[in-house]
Amino acid sequence: MSATAVHSLWTTAGGVTSAAPGDKFTAPTIEYAQLAPVLIVVGAAVLGILVEAFVPRRARYTTQVLLTVVAIAAAFAAVVGLAADGYAGENANIAAMGAVAVDGPALFLQGTILLVSMVSVFTFAERRLDPASHGNRVDSFAAQAGSVPGSDGEKAAVKAGFTTTEVFPLALFSVAGMLVFPAANDLLTLFVALEVFSLPLYLLCAVARRKRLMSQEAAVKYFLLGAFSSAFLLFGIALLYGYAGTVSYAGIAHVVDGTVQQIDPALAGTMGNDALLLIGGAMLLMGLLFKVGAVPFHMWTPDVYQGAPTPVTGFMAAATKVAAFGALLRLLYVVLPGLTWDLRPVMWGVAIVTMLGGAIVAITQTDIKRLLAYSSIAHAGFILAGVIAASPEGVSSVLFYLGVYSFVTVGAFAVVTLVRDADGEATHLSKWAGLGRRSPLTAAVFAVFLLSFAGIPLTSGFSGKFAVFKAAADGGAGGLVVVGVVSSAIAAFFYVRVIVLMFFSEPKADGPTVAVPSPLTMTTIAVGVAVTLVLGLAPQYFLDLAGQAGVFVR
Amino acid sequence: MSFPLLTATAALPAIGAIATAAVPAARRTAAKWLALGVSLATLVLAGVVFARFEPGGDRYQLTESHAWIADFGVRYELGVDGIGVALLALTALLIPFVILAGWHDADPLETNSSRWRPTQGFFALILMVEAMVILSFVATDVFLFYILFEAMLIPMYFLIGGFGDRAHAGSDENAAAQRSYAAVKFLLYNLAGGLIMLAAVIGLYVVAGSFSLSEIAEARANGSLEMATSTERWLFLGFFFAFAVKAPLWPLHTWLPNAMGEATTPVAVLITAVVDKVGTFAMLRFCLQLFPEASKWATPVIIVLALISIVYGALLAVGQRDIKRLIAYASISHFGFIVLGIFAMTSQGQSGATLYMVNHGLSTAALMLVAGFLITRRGSRLIADYGGVQKVAPVLAGTFLIGGLATLSLPGLAPFVSEFLVLVGVFSAYPVAGIIATVGIVLAALYVLVLYQRTMTGPVREGIGGMPDLKVRELAVALPLIALLIFLGVFPKPVTDVVNPAVQHTMHDVQKKDPQPEVEAAK
Repeated sequence: MSATAVHSLWTTAGGVTSAAPGDKFTAPTIEYAQLAPVLIVVGAAVLGILVEAFVPRRARYTTQVLLTVVAIAAAFAAVVGLAADGYAGENANIAAMGAVAVDGPALFLQGTILLVSMVSVFTFAERRLDPASHGNRVDSFAAQAGSVPGSDGEKAAVKAGFTTTEVFPLALFSVAGMLVFPAANDLLTLFVALEVFSLPLYLLCAVARRKRLMSQEAAVKYFLLGAFSSAFLLFGIALLYGYAGTVSYAGIAHVVDGTVQQIDPALAGTMGNDALLLIGGAMLLMGLLFKVGAVPFHMWTPDVYQGAPTPVTGFMAAATKVAAFGALLRLLYVVLPGLTWDLRPVMWGVAIVTMLGGAIVAITQTDIKRLLAYSSIAHAGFILAGVIAASPEGVSSVLFYLGVYSFVTVGAFAVVTLVRDADGEATHLSKWAGLGRRSPLTAAVFAVFLLSFAGIPLTSGFSGKFAVFKAAADGGAGGLVVVGVVSSAIAAFFYVRVIVLMFFSEPKADGPTVAVPSPLTMTTIAVGVAVTLVLGLAPQYFLDLAGQAGVFVR
Repeated sequence: MSFPLLTATAALPAIGAIATAAVPAARRTAAKWLALGVSLATLVLAGVVFARFEPGGDRYQLTESHAWIADFGVRYELGVDGIGVALLALTALLIPFVILAGWHDADPLETNSSRWRPTQGFFALILMVEAMVILSFVATDVFLFYILFEAMLIPMYFLIGGFGDRAHAGSDENAAAQRSYAAVKFLLYNLAGGLIMLAAVIGLYVVAGSFSLSEIAEARANGSLEMATSTERWLFLGFFFAFAVKAPLWPLHTWLPNAMGEATTPVAVLITAVVDKVGTFAMLRFCLQLFPEASKWATPVIIVLALISIVYGALLAVGQRDIKRLIAYASISHFGFIVLGIFAMTSQGQSGATLYMVNHGLSTAALMLVAGFLITRRGSRLIADYGGVQKVAPVLAGTFLIGGLATLSLPGLAPFVSEFLVLVGVFSAYPVAGIIATVGIVLAALYVLVLYQRTMTGPVREGIGGMPDLKVRELAVALPLIALLIFLGVFPKPVTDVVNPAVQHTMHDVQKKDPQPEVEAAK
């Protein structure tokens, strides 16, 4: 066998078909303009690290907050610009040598992620809630993440007034990963994006100022289980590569359809082997279902939601879910549509246990953050019902639901940061008793969020739930709708229980106080309430937007 | 475009609710007057609707139609028929009395907090409920109706749980616990019913492709919309379940005694006289009109359930020791009559049922509100704590008696006409059911008269001695209601005139004709 033959074998296996022997390396063509949202965020994150290195400590906070907010706003403007140029519709295409799709769902989800990140960053930057420590205003993050909890080093760091401003570039890296995740158009990009958004999140979970041990425990759990799920995902990618001889979504889809013409001689033994496809596809799904927190891959959710600093929990609960569901949608609609009938029973099962499991276990919770965690599991189940619909209508209903859910979630966790006692946030439910008497406005706002979670009409939660259930019923999943309404009824019980506690119970003498936040957190909460009411009363514009964004580029 | 009268009638109390809630904490009295004024203005608008409604005209009048959520196929469509206009008028009529009767119910025990505004909240929530109930009576889009049907639970829930009856036997803590239990039970029962209905609403859309009542009914009538028998039955059951919880029908009734017992009396009136009517109204409007075949299929079972409600409710009312729970069980019995009349599928039965909804609203309001005045005076809901009140407070006892006599359907008072119509209508179609239902009347006489005898007659009991008689505000509540009961008892024509054509439409929907009397048929 000559050297040329070996070379061509390698290059064909790598998916590059035009490389003739003796060709020089050709630079890939990258459509920078179409990737602008991601590039802006990554660039700002890199700048943020330089800020940490070179800007004096006292100026860092302001610089980082400004940089982050401006970067996210610019990225959002870029997304809007791309959508205005028709990339969400007729001009949708695949950029960066087949790695990233720029189409309706991608742009819609990127826009949602950016807006949610923006309001989350406001809660990251909140410095009025914790009492000033040694004359310095502090936020929810540890003085020095590296110091051992309770050690002298920690005390010194607190006394010196250190703050962990690294959270802003970390959040930006995470956002960048999330932007790529639902747009990834080959499996390797998918995996890289997953790691890029997950690793900063593991770190962010560990840097709570209060209850640091719990926060670190949460981070370790999240990291271990996250690594486990990444391994599943990677293994699935390997098997699918063996099956299709390519990692590109379109290429795999062709092999699944049987429309591929040329069988790669090097992979002839495995290519088209359905066992590889089914096992690989299932492992890939497992990795993604872990990220969305679907039962039975949900074990990490309550612990991590409870332990992480609350602003991070809100960010993670909202934005991760948007990104992961985006990736799941693309995978099911672009790569594996040929498997719809094989996967349907499995997805049905997952959706049913997720809806029921989340709703039932939430009833027994006594901590507001854990309660919201289980509620997020139940919501993942509702969204899965829309995913299963397998129609453009299903896609747009899921997009709409994600937008609705993420704003309510960020708002709800922002309210949780306000209710405090001497030990920081008072997250035990018993401490919320009588909050409606003490701070009617805060309690009323939280009640609005809870009613939206419960899907009461005239709130955004109802519009979203109705959209996914309607799509599911249209798509022949009427059984899921029935399970969905039953679990909604169960879920209503624990949302209502919190409202009862806040409004109908007598306040306790040593109960928590509601801190008055700066305009930053107020904006977050106000945006959450506004979105909840607007999407509840007049959702048409946003349904149109999601409806136009319902088609994936292939 | 003509003036959107129906929207205005519903929007006025909604805006009034927001305005009332915004009144500063210190100006409680101003909030009360504002709420009363708004409710009276709404009554005027409702009167205009009633006057503009032509009984012989189109089925739905004063219609409005606007695009709302095109993606869901939802339009903001309003229109009022004879049944809707009667109940709309009843609602608008009762709310001022509810507000007047609850004038002091939400006064804070202590006024130390400058931000806690329960008084404003109480009246704002009542107006909010009024707005939603009115809109649900005129909504001709299934989705719009569903939204209101569910959304009205939230203000009701806060009214029940947030403003309890002060006259409670146990300690304060115990009272709060029982109250929030009642509120949660109310919400969960109704929410569960509503969510089952949501599945059916979505199913209806999948089958029919529209939410518009008139479009679906038309498509069904001209045969362009075929529904498989099993589909129609499932959808019917989904709708009926929600309405049966709301109505409430045995065995889904258990939330009502709790809710009515623990809520303040005006709120109890709001539940049973106004909000629950949405359930029976919706049976007439949605179950019969959208699923005529399934309605006929389910009739035997529903008639049995209604009969059980009538007898069971009445029997439990006889056994109650608590005045408010007694009235609650009496209401369950009366709702049995209403459902019985609707599903007898005769025009007399359905006219009677609609009339019954109006009259039950008036009679329960009269009895319950006067009972509330009594309970406030003594501070107890237990029948055993009363005795000889008529010697001390004769006007109170007299109005209580008339309210009670109306509840037992004494001829000459309004409920008699409707109960008679229902029984005649039922008897012509289902004679055995008619006979069993009559037992309910006998038991009604028992529980009302025994209640009167134990509380009002006999020796004056301890704690009753210095009881003051009705004050001007309380008379302003009781007397107009009694006048109406007598007026409609003697002259029910204004209501029957608007109701009868609408009932003919419904009878046409279910393609039922009244059974001919035996003699004629034999010819």
